[in-house]
Amino acid sequence: MKKIIFYISSLFITANVAAQETMLPALPQKETIALTNATVHVGNGQVVNNATVVFKNGKITEVGAGASTAGAKVIDCSGKHIYPGLILTASQLGLIEVNSIRATIDATEIGEMNPSIRSIVAYNTDSKIINTLRPNGILLANIIPAGAVISGSSSVVQLDAWNWEDAAYKTDVGIHFRMPSLLNRPRRGGFGGGPQTPSDPVKTGLEQIEKVKTFFREAKAYMAEAKHENTNLKFEAVKNLFDKKQKLFIHCNIVKEMLIAIDFVKEFGFDVVLVGAVDSWQIADLLKQNNIAVILNQLHDLPVMMDDDIDQPFKTPAMLQRAGVLFAINDDDANSRYRNLPFNAGTASAYGLTKEEALSAITLNAANILGIADKTGSIEPGKDANIVVSEGDILDMRTNIVTQAYIQGRQIDLNNKQKQLADKYETKYGIK
Amino acid sequence: MQKIKLLLAALFTLTGAARLNAQATFPLNDVASPKDGAYAFTNATIVKDAQSTLQNATMVIRQGKIVATGNNIAIPKDAVIIDCSGKYIYPAFIDIYSDYGIPAAAQQTTGGGGGGFFRVQQMVSNTKGAYGWNQAIKPETEAYKIFSADDSKAKTLRDIGFGSVLTHQKDGIARGAGAFVTLANEADNFVLLKDKASAHYSFNRGSSGQSYPSSMMGMIALLRQTYLDAQWYKSNPAAEGVNLSLKSWNDNQGLPQIFEANDKWNNLRADRIGDEFGVQYIIKGGGNEYQRIKEMADTKASFILSLNYPAAMDADDPNDLRFTGLDDLKHWELAPSNPAAFEKAGINFCLTTADLANITEFMANLRKAMEYGLTEQKALDALTKAPATMLGMYDKIGSLDAGKIANFLITNGPVFGEKTVLLQNWTQGLKNAVKEESWYDAKGTYNLMANTITGPKAFSVELKDAGVASFMSKDTLTGKYSYDGKLVKLSYTEGRGPNAKETILSGVASGNIWNGRGSDAQGNIFTWTATFDKKPEVKADSARPKQPLVLGKITYPFLSYGWDEMPKAGNILIKNATVWTSEKEGKLENTDVLVKDGKIAAFGKNLTDATARVIDGTGKHVTAGIIDEHSHIASSSTNEGGQSVTSEVRIGDNLNPDDMNIYRQLSGGVTSSHILHGSANTIGGQTQLIKLRWGANDQDLKFAGADGFIKFALGENVKRSSATQGNTRFPDTRMGVDQVFMDAFQRASDYQAAMKASGSKGSVRRDLELDALVEIMNKKRFITCHSYVQSEINAAMKVGEKFGFPFNTFTHILEGYKVADKMKAHGANVSTFSDWWTYKMEVVDAIPYNAYIMHKVGLNVAINSDDAEMARRLNQEAAKSVKYGGMSEEEALKMVTINPAKMLHVDSKTGSIKVGKDADLVVWSDNPLSIYAKAEKTIVDGIVYFDRDRDAAMRIQNKNEKARLIQKMAAAKRTAAPGAGGAGGRGARPRFEVINSCADHDHHNHGLLGIDADELENSN
Repeated sequence: MKKIIFYISSLFITANVAAQETMLPALPQKETIALTNATVHVGNGQVVNNATVVFKNGKITEVGAGASTAGAKVIDCSGKHIYPGLILTASQLGLIEVNSIRATIDATEIGEMNPSIRSIVAYNTDSKIINTLRPNGILLANIIPAGAVISGSSSVVQLDAWNWEDAAYKTDVGIHFRMPSLLNRPRRGGFGGGPQTPSDPVKTGLEQIEKVKTFFREAKAYMAEAKHENTNLKFEAVKNLFDKKQKLFIHCNIVKEMLIAIDFVKEFGFDVVLVGAVDSWQIADLLKQNNIAVILNQLHDLPVMMDDDIDQPFKTPAMLQRAGVLFAINDDDANSRYRNLPFNAGTASAYGLTKEEALSAITLNAANILGIADKTGSIEPGKDANIVVSEGDILDMRTNIVTQAYIQGRQIDLNNKQKQLADKYETKYGIK
Repeated sequence: MQKIKLLLAALFTLTGAARLNAQATFPLNDVASPKDGAYAFTNATIVKDAQSTLQNATMVIRQGKIVATGNNIAIPKDAVIIDCSGKYIYPAFIDIYSDYGIPAAAQQTTGGGGGGFFRVQQMVSNTKGAYGWNQAIKPETEAYKIFSADDSKAKTLRDIGFGSVLTHQKDGIARGAGAFVTLANEADNFVLLKDKASAHYSFNRGSSGQSYPSSMMGMIALLRQTYLDAQWYKSNPAAEGVNLSLKSWNDNQGLPQIFEANDKWNNLRADRIGDEFGVQYIIKGGGNEYQRIKEMADTKASFILSLNYPAAMDADDPNDLRFTGLDDLKHWELAPSNPAAFEKAGINFCLTTADLANITEFMANLRKAMEYGLTEQKALDALTKAPATMLGMYDKIGSLDAGKIANFLITNGPVFGEKTVLLQNWTQGLKNAVKEESWYDAKGTYNLMANTITGPKAFSVELKDAGVASFMSKDTLTGKYSYDGKLVKLSYTEGRGPNAKETILSGVASGNIWNGRGSDAQGNIFTWTATFDKKPEVKADSARPKQPLVLGKITYPFLSYGWDEMPKAGNILIKNATVWTSEKEGKLENTDVLVKDGKIAAFGKNLTDATARVIDGTGKHVTAGIIDEHSHIASSSTNEGGQSVTSEVRIGDNLNPDDMNIYRQLSGGVTSSHILHGSANTIGGQTQLIKLRWGANDQDLKFAGADGFIKFALGENVKRSSATQGNTRFPDTRMGVDQVFMDAFQRASDYQAAMKASGSKGSVRRDLELDALVEIMNKKRFITCHSYVQSEINAAMKVGEKFGFPFNTFTHILEGYKVADKMKAHGANVSTFSDWWTYKMEVVDAIPYNAYIMHKVGLNVAINSDDAEMARRLNQEAAKSVKYGGMSEEEALKMVTINPAKMLHVDSKTGSIKVGKDADLVVWSDNPLSIYAKAEKTIVDGIVYFDRDRDAAMRIQNKNEKARLIQKMAAAKRTAAPGAGGAGGRGARPRFEVINSCADHDHHNHGLLGIDADELENSN
């Protein structure tokens, strides 16, 4: 009977109103919750069997086999697995709704040097995509601007919010620099016997990189003087890079580009994160020496070279892990729209990482890279209760069945437009 | 003495290459000076043709033709005698792939190039006049009408030994007639030996701005249709009016047919067109034929080969070399072996200077080919008799037999010798000096008498290599000399350092006697005379013995991970595995599978077979090979978007076995892929089912005996919603898409009726486009239809029902869950993505529960890739239905095995583990639906095409081979000689990988060096 009522109500919802907008962001946590008898994957590599996780007022208070459940609403999670909320480290979620429709794209600004551009102000909490990520365990995302050479700053959002201010988890975590490609790529029409690019793209790229350096040198000089008759917003925007309150995310891929990124560390002392970095396995020790972190954008990718190990992208995480490089695994797939983050990590585990290392690459490592590890990334007391409960291994699509998820202790609705459409037609066909 | 005088006369008077002839009809602005041009070349080594050499022989020419060649020839009294002692005479070379003297075609840019998916379209030809509909079909072009001799260009060719060329305008797919001309410095009227000597074709649209054809398969279809149209046009059909293009096409059929294919696979494609219409093309190759020489031999064609070898790349930056491809490096090493490979395989060929960046490299490159095994005899044949014979002109040119055109070379040694100098190149009986100064070899010893102010001084002067001279009297003085065949300069130095005194002499050589004037260090002048004494002693060749060639192996395919030798089927017994049958037997634990003769022979417990190789399957899983219903790998082109209906094009015409994705997908357990046309148009091209037989040639990739399919498409792509400059091609709406179908099938119905009515009369024009549609209506060809939203799916089925054919498969079908019941009633199969959505407007309602719901409604559901990367994880894509909907694991696996086999009508052959089926199997490390599963062995037809152990070994082998080649290239750069494949500095070139896609969605996950085919302007 209950089921029928649910049917009817969901039928009404889907039939009468645009589905997503009706989904209520969860209200603040009121009662203390204890998830008991679960296998807790802490996020830092540890697994605690048969454990309890207690959280109160949005914060985790206790984790472990002997945690006290006194005064808490106890939810038995026997046989289930508990994970920290998964984190997308570089995403255009909420900035691009439909890739092919220009009006739905708010990711790419005009201009070359846009350090003052802020992604957070365009983040659309009503994007239909957001709610499709949560049932896969993704609860946080770093929203990055694209375009330009310096694209602007990214902010971390939590995926259950009324508006962007509400969503903001940590604003302006870093500035994004899209390094001009130093790969001699043929241009449109210039491939297969046609005329090659007239100018040398590598030379042009290096010139542009020099412009960026000049910009930072000027910004540094500007900041040395406290008072200015004319305020320069672009220089002001990169101030926090110099005192390492912000990171410089350098989007690049090949060794030469990454070596130039190292040069940025040397010259300006920036805290640098490489985004993309498909060839990072070739210079892992150098990255480690220079404390450069890596975000691997898309694990489910073809190798760089036809001659490469056919599984190279899958093996890169294990190679970085062995070298001691701090890295995160990301999913920026333009067709499945970021939902396969845990499975990208799962693939890395199939090719050399342990499951817990793979998990760290989408939780604690990601939090460390984004500068939010004090608040999230692992199931540890004192951190926000960003928690996912899954029936099985979250890294495997067969068992990634999320039954509950909490953001800052709030139990979020795991429904979404896609489930509602499925409900609607299952009802039509009587196959529910 | 008499002889010397004559020779001098010849040298002097003809230096300007005065014309032999003046046209009779042309008025003369001079005093007439008729000549007969009779010459006798005596005492020469005459190489009449590659087979026959005459020593100490004479050749007589007159009026531009050879009169006699032999040992006892009577020399006519009026012949100028040229003593060729020590000289060699060869027939001049012939290049039959030239555009000498032909203006380049102007690019027609109206259509914006047409190739790209989103570019402005030009639907019809904008050539003015009563010509055909397609601007790239230009058989009406006649080279002889636009030819004009260009002596500066002719000279470059003459200087390397050529005397005549076949020239044509290298523009378009059908290029019209070529003209045969000599390179004589004569009026056009005389050099034009044959006005229509050949007909030319290519796979290059050239200057045409028309949208169609924009693909390899479109060009093939256009040629095939044009053959049919031309045949039909012979009956002067009223429906066509005058079509000068078809008329010319027919007129040209009797000529030698030359096809510029320029690549090993293209050569085969061209040859197959010829086979279909009873034409044997002469094929202009691309230099990579040695990689598939057996297939080349099988064409039975004659080939035109260029000697264009890739230059060595810079090998000094490891970060740049990171991106060089092993295949590029291997080709750099092996390209010079191409002619030798043809010779060894017994394939007839000639050589051309075409494609050389610098024509002067020709001879060096030819010698390189000889180092790689091309024989001198074959080389000479390929430059003389072979090209003449291909054109049916050997009775006129190509040897030094009497009666032939007097095109010949005089050299001072064997023509291909490294030190041999081409002295003169005679064209049509006219001398062209090339390096006449070498006619006399100045080297040797001379008796020099200097009549100095202090009295005569006698020297014995020895002239050596490199301009070094020794002046010997009491002492030996060192000196220098230079000699240009006529003027001589000598000098010697007495003393050393600041007190050195130099005496300088210059003069003129008159045969063996040199006379001149000199000047000593004090400025005193004197005369001098030198007479030839003796030749230098011939020293034994002290050159270092040539290093034996160390060459890499040709692999199949010519890529890393290719085979040295194709693997063969053997009996295999997989023991004790978990076997997922995808049949009613379900999943069987601890089970054996026996493969014999490429088929599944048995499965069950405790099987034994003494002949079988045993694979321990303990802890492993065995499934049927994965079948990808929607793929775009292994083809040279995917979209023929030039028109809305292109059912005439066939993916199978342009398979590309050299696609690394075949191997990569084997590593994901894929054994069969359905290679589809893209979604650029409503009625796309015919598809091709292949098996992933890594290393096989294009024909052997095909899944034999499978039903033919065709791709249709609906929605945003076919109405070109993403066209950057707007759409001008019908349709622009889903309403229009419906009418494209209605129109096409109405025309096809009427065509079928007309065909039937005409019976054997053949009065109806055969239309390849409609033929395919008739096949559909007769259920001989089946549809897989790209589709997204429910309205269009519904409407398409209605068209099918009206014309009596089913939509066999809806592919993508992301809103299929909305009309699952209707599709079931129609009888359609469905093939979808697991979880893609909202990348464009028509997929905003896509849901990951789609496959599950359609399955529950009772449809036969497959999960496909449409993506070169995702295809290697199809097992996991299927597994997503376990998560999204709760499908059972066995049912999920069926969506990539037996279900696609059913929808492709090959379930009797593959798709499940059943006795008698093809042994298309995968051994997995883990539950095949798990994220942790890896295909360890992938077996097609009982042959292990992918094996993780071999893969690991190949990685090491590839690394070593690449290192060897880079070392070799660095060495070649250090010792670079022009044309040795080492000169011409060029940076390390990244090996980009063109990846075909349907242009439907983002493909950013195709590797850093992956290039979407659609990103490229399709220039051929």
